[in-house]
Amino acid sequence: MFELTDDQRALVEVSRDFAAEFLAPDALEWDRTKHFPVDVLAKAGGLGMGGMYVREDVGGSGLSRLDAALIIEALAAGCPTVASYISIHNMVAWMIDRYGSQEQRERFLPELCEMTVLGSYCLTEPGAGSDAAALTTRAVRDGEEYVLDGVKQFISGAGASGVYIVMARTGDAASGASGITAFLVERDAAGLSFGPNEAKMGWNAQPTRPVILEGVRVPVTHRLGGEGQGFRIAMSGLNGGRINIGASSLGGAQSALDRTLQYMSERTAFGKRLDQFQALQFSVADMVTELEAARLLLWRAADALDRKAPDAVRWCAMAKRLATDTGFAVANQALQLHGGYGYLAEYGIEKLVRDLRVHQILEGTNEIMKMVIARDVIGR
Amino acid sequence: MDIAVLIKQVPDTYGERRLHETDWSLDRAATDAVIDEIDTRGVELALTLTEQHGGEVTAVTMGPDGATDALRKALAMGAAKAVHITDPALAGSDAVATSAVLAAALRQLDVDLIVTGNESTDGRSAAVPAMLAERLGLPAVTSVRALTVDGDTLTAERVVEGGWARIQAPLPAVVSVNEKIAEPRYPNFKGIMSAKKKPVTTLTLADLGVDADRVGAAGSATRAVDGAPRPPRTGGHTITDDGSAGAQAARYLIERKVL
Ligand SMILES: Cc1cc2nc3c(=O)[nH]c(=O)nc-3n(C[C@H](O)[C@H](O)[C@H](O)COP(=O)(O)OP(=O)(O)OC[C@H]3O[C@@H](n4cnc5c(N)ncnc54)[C@H](O)[C@@H]3O)c2cc1C
Repeated sequence: MFELTDDQRALVEVSRDFAAEFLAPDALEWDRTKHFPVDVLAKAGGLGMGGMYVREDVGGSGLSRLDAALIIEALAAGCPTVASYISIHNMVAWMIDRYGSQEQRERFLPELCEMTVLGSYCLTEPGAGSDAAALTTRAVRDGEEYVLDGVKQFISGAGASGVYIVMARTGDAASGASGITAFLVERDAAGLSFGPNEAKMGWNAQPTRPVILEGVRVPVTHRLGGEGQGFRIAMSGLNGGRINIGASSLGGAQSALDRTLQYMSERTAFGKRLDQFQALQFSVADMVTELEAARLLLWRAADALDRKAPDAVRWCAMAKRLATDTGFAVANQALQLHGGYGYLAEYGIEKLVRDLRVHQILEGTNEIMKMVIARDVIGR
Repeated sequence: MDIAVLIKQVPDTYGERRLHETDWSLDRAATDAVIDEIDTRGVELALTLTEQHGGEVTAVTMGPDGATDALRKALAMGAAKAVHITDPALAGSDAVATSAVLAAALRQLDVDLIVTGNESTDGRSAAVPAMLAERLGLPAVTSVRALTVDGDTLTAERVVEGGWARIQAPLPAVVSVNEKIAEPRYPNFKGIMSAKKKPVTTLTLADLGVDADRVGAAGSATRAVDGAPRPPRTGGHTITDDGSAGAQAARYLIERKVL
């Protein structure tokens, strides 16, 4: 469990090379210009990054969650924002693979796996974030179709994505989690539109937009799973999503740390190299230790998910909480150790801090992670 | 057309490479071992040709047990199978001995084309491809930057001093490629995961019928008698721009035959 297999080392090597060639050189520019590199995503899809744990009959790579976490971490060393989008895309692809009909799998997954078509996950609404089961987007059955009305907020990839998994209420207003159903909505559906790309602190290399549904007609054949199963489907997708977002934080933080070590070996103050001050050495020792601890927990959680352990949800929540908090803290400390240069865009460290900050908020805030963990150990 | 690609595991050029001071042989433990970059380009050429003309690619290496990693990389890129020639007696073989062993293995393969790198980044003798062709009685087309195949004829652009020459040769042939030949593809995840399931044949000297005294350090005709570590980098050449820097830089490069 502590040693990677030959295959895993090969997967990491390719992903790291890919990130170094296709992500890292442009990451700062994409951040500055808010460019979503769909062409690079299609290249990633060609390597098998679009359906990492989707079954192979529809073009998936059939890898494990641990494999995927290693790949996402390697990609995040080039750009955590792109790595995290790839994570969301994989969550969408996996949900279709796991809960979709054979017809849905064959229709949607080949292109999603190649990343020639991208996916978005639409759960959050303006009035329902952490309390996602309070969502109010409605889906009303009309013959062989459902009619969807509502607004989804903060949707990653929106506008660029071709496929949207939309969680909507089919039950009555008081039906809670059990009245929610998942739907596959295609970008060209009449009545589907997108709000403006949000101006935001980080994650600029992928769009975040409201998704507006006005009388969107979705055929019954595009319902994902049964009526009332949508919330469970949405939550089960998030387990892998949380591991991958944690892995993305680790990769971004590791890259900040590696660059800091390099910087400290070159920069001098008071006649000494920065890496010769014991106070700063101790800071580096803590960064390395905490990052490794978070990584260990993350691998442990990915393994629990691979084994379908009954307490996998708690492991995923613990790993996400620790990896995203640690990742942000390490990146922030890397900025501190760079002094004023860390604050300049040119050095790329402040971008990592901005990008990793949101990992503590999305895929369930870290407070919600603590709720999940406490619920498991204390009971409701 | 079936193609054999010769690949070699070499010390990573990113690392500091070192020689043993006793016999001036390469200290292979000092750095990570990787597939020689030039050989990934050879694999790429071979894969492109089989995609166009059908057939399979076989990756062939002679090297210690750990060289399977280099073979696995070629298999992950898309080679169908691999041959690993390994025998304790092979350590220290020079180009003459190496070419004898490789020739013995390639005679068993029956391929239409043998692709090699023009020179390895460690030994850099650049002699093995031509020696191999001689031993096999095949045409040798070395330092190739572009290659096409039509029926049983290959047409290659061979880099020569000051330019390039178009060469045609009948198949089978031995071709050595330079770094311009092709950008190696990234192995995709399916390739990586299937690499382990592809057949790798291990051959010893006995399997090849090669006499152990003709190979290895003892059986080699050449021996390193002296050596020295590379001197540290010096300051380099500075050109001050008085308006003619471009011309000066070009002259400097031409004098050193870089341009
Ligand atoms: C850049 C970005 C991209 C996103 N992408 C997507 C996407 O693709 N798809 C999608 O569906 N959503 C997405 N989100 C939405 C994200 O998942 C939500 O923002 C998140 O779940 C929090 O919801 P909220 O913003 O409504 O905050 P709120 O739920 O209003 O929370 C506010 C604060 O209160 C805390 N809090 C709330 N309830 C409790 C409680 N019971 N106990 C303790 N503390 C509590 C929260 O932790 C938080 O600190 C994205 C968000 C961002 C910023």
